[in-house]
Amino acid sequence: MESDPNKIIGEVTQSDYKYGFVTDIETEYAPKGLNEDTVRFISKTKNEPAFMLEFRLKAYRHWLTMKLPTWAHLDIPPIDFQDIYFYAAPKKKKQYESLDQVDPELLATFEKLGISLEEQKKLAGVAVDAVIDSISVKTTFSETLAKYGIIFCSMSEAIQHHPELVKQYLGSVVPYTDNYYASLNSAVFSDGSFCYIPKGVRCPVELSTYFRINAANTGQFERTLIVADEGAYVSYMEGCTAPRRDENQLHAAVVEIVAMKDASVKYSTVQNWYPGDKNGTGGIYNFVTKRGICKGSNSKISWTQVETGSAITWKYPSCILLGDNSVGEFYSVAVTNHHQQADTGTKMMHLGKNTKSTIISKGISAGKSNNSYRGLVRITKNASNSRNYSQCDSLLLGSTCGAHTWPYIQVENKSSIVEHEATTSKISEDQLFYCQQRGMDAESAIGLIVNGYAKEVLKQLPMEFAVEAQKLLSISLEGSVG
Amino acid sequence: MLLSIKNLHASINGKEILKGIDLDINQGEVHAIMGPNGTGKSTLASVIAGREVFDVTEGEIFYKNKNLLRLAVEERAREGIFLGFQYPVEIPGVSITNFMRTAVNELRKYKGLDPLSGGAFLKLMEEKKELVELTSNLANRSVNEGFSGGEKKKNEIFQMAMLEPTLAILDETDSGLDIDALRVVANGVNKLRTKENAFLVITHYQRLLDYIIPDFVHVLFEGKIVKSGTKELALELEEKGYDWIRKEQQDNGKAE
Repeated sequence: MESDPNKIIGEVTQSDYKYGFVTDIETEYAPKGLNEDTVRFISKTKNEPAFMLEFRLKAYRHWLTMKLPTWAHLDIPPIDFQDIYFYAAPKKKKQYESLDQVDPELLATFEKLGISLEEQKKLAGVAVDAVIDSISVKTTFSETLAKYGIIFCSMSEAIQHHPELVKQYLGSVVPYTDNYYASLNSAVFSDGSFCYIPKGVRCPVELSTYFRINAANTGQFERTLIVADEGAYVSYMEGCTAPRRDENQLHAAVVEIVAMKDASVKYSTVQNWYPGDKNGTGGIYNFVTKRGICKGSNSKISWTQVETGSAITWKYPSCILLGDNSVGEFYSVAVTNHHQQADTGTKMMHLGKNTKSTIISKGISAGKSNNSYRGLVRITKNASNSRNYSQCDSLLLGSTCGAHTWPYIQVENKSSIVEHEATTSKISEDQLFYCQQRGMDAESAIGLIVNGYAKEVLKQLPMEFAVEAQKLLSISLEGSVG
Repeated sequence: MLLSIKNLHASINGKEILKGIDLDINQGEVHAIMGPNGTGKSTLASVIAGREVFDVTEGEIFYKNKNLLRLAVEERAREGIFLGFQYPVEIPGVSITNFMRTAVNELRKYKGLDPLSGGAFLKLMEEKKELVELTSNLANRSVNEGFSGGEKKKNEIFQMAMLEPTLAILDETDSGLDIDALRVVANGVNKLRTKENAFLVITHYQRLLDYIIPDFVHVLFEGKIVKSGTKELALELEEKGYDWIRKEQQDNGKAE
């Protein structure tokens, strides 16, 4: 793990978004705008089998019948879907055998992000499926993983090489009719990651994907599918940084997780898309559908997210607890500063008996931002003896930001127990003074206090992510005092 | 002169608390400030540390020949002013180790030194824990969270040992301590006394001064220092009580 303290201090003292740079990689575009031809173009370019084109077209036709959702506590400027490039791929050279063959520009990009593939490979023991714009450029560690029968590749490769698995599971958790953005994604998704852990296999490394939006005005539509077969275990990490843009960029990803009997999937995200500047100009629109199904008994899905970026976040990683005794978890830290808006939370659908869910949500708002928790806990009639514990805390920095909590709870049987706790607090002047008296300036004091506040969630993250997340929390709150 | 306070007036929400304080402290000295409740002892400590809720309306404070009132709270701290709090605040989720590491490295940065490595920092912590007889496992707990009164005060002394201030102000560190904790606190202070640093010990009771022998004792009453002397003054106060001061002040008032 690289941890040059001077570098960290340097980063912390820069208050502008640091990942704002554009790499010059030749890009191949689909024509601007969205129609059936765009969908066909994408499918053809990717050389997809017929069932995929059919899936995309059904999704597109359904999307045409849908209306933009307006129920979230968000102020979303109108989006002109005809003014967006729906597909951009770095021009193909050939298959890479080693890193030397990878576009040096691309490697430099990772270098700037401090997450070079080489470093990842050597130091962290992490297999990285790196996605730049829409196409997977490099997959590492595949050989090691192959020994265990683990498939970890780009979605495009999965469609080519494992069509039977894709056909079986794609859209099985988030159907193409699910919601406006999920339907859009189903029609035009460019790439993403695919992961299959066979029966009884415990994945020996953390699987990690770094996403990155790179070409100007390109909507990014990632599609991720993770399947853990009976008794399998996998920990999956997704991290995001995006280059600076003045125009807003649309990001509508779909993540699906399937956990079979006795399987366990841990999904961790650090989301740091460009949030726009201090005046609320620019920034990513992040409309994501993430959902997992605990299909078999005793299965478990755990979501951990640290959300610091994006101008607008619309995201509810959810669990369908179908199998008896299955477990769903949601740990979330969402930070909003300046003019950022976040409406995020989770849904826990208890269908099986003795199912358990835990929700720990920590919202931190500063500046003129708005931060909302929206959650649904539904315990159906058949889900006897089920339990949910929810804790939703909001921390306010200053008096011009907003924190909102919308917990929806539906319990349809008498043997289940639901607990919900919610608090709203401010950083006290006493705490600040105490830290400052020990020589810390206000910003590092706030960073420290906020990291303490979010500790319950941060400790759920894999080690290498936790360090990054702690830095991010402090950085995103820069300029929030005074 | 390390600290020089001249005609200091300070108020909170328009109410004047300090009404003309004069006080000089040299390196190597221990000063005690005594006085009944509500006479401005803690306010004086807060104003020296730079707490913003207090308005300094008149007078000046010089520290190391600098105009202290122009410095921000953290700048004063980095210049070596330490305040041991009467009521240390809880910071949930932040371990003492993490808290102190941040503080120590801020201080080192200010002095142009590299941050301590993890190993060197932990070694320093062990040394200082021993020095102040901090035997419990406080370091892994969140700052002051769920600490007993005694643990909080020992933790303040531990932090003082870590930061090695030039001027340490202890604001009623003895309040609420049993005799053992009091001894630990006092021993810590005595071990940290040098010719270079100075202490301003604020206390309501004389008993702390049995353990920390002051060079000077000042009595603060209704926002002013009304009496100064040596350690014998503390004993006299103990014997005669604060009513003695109160009566003397009333008599003075009549005489004027």
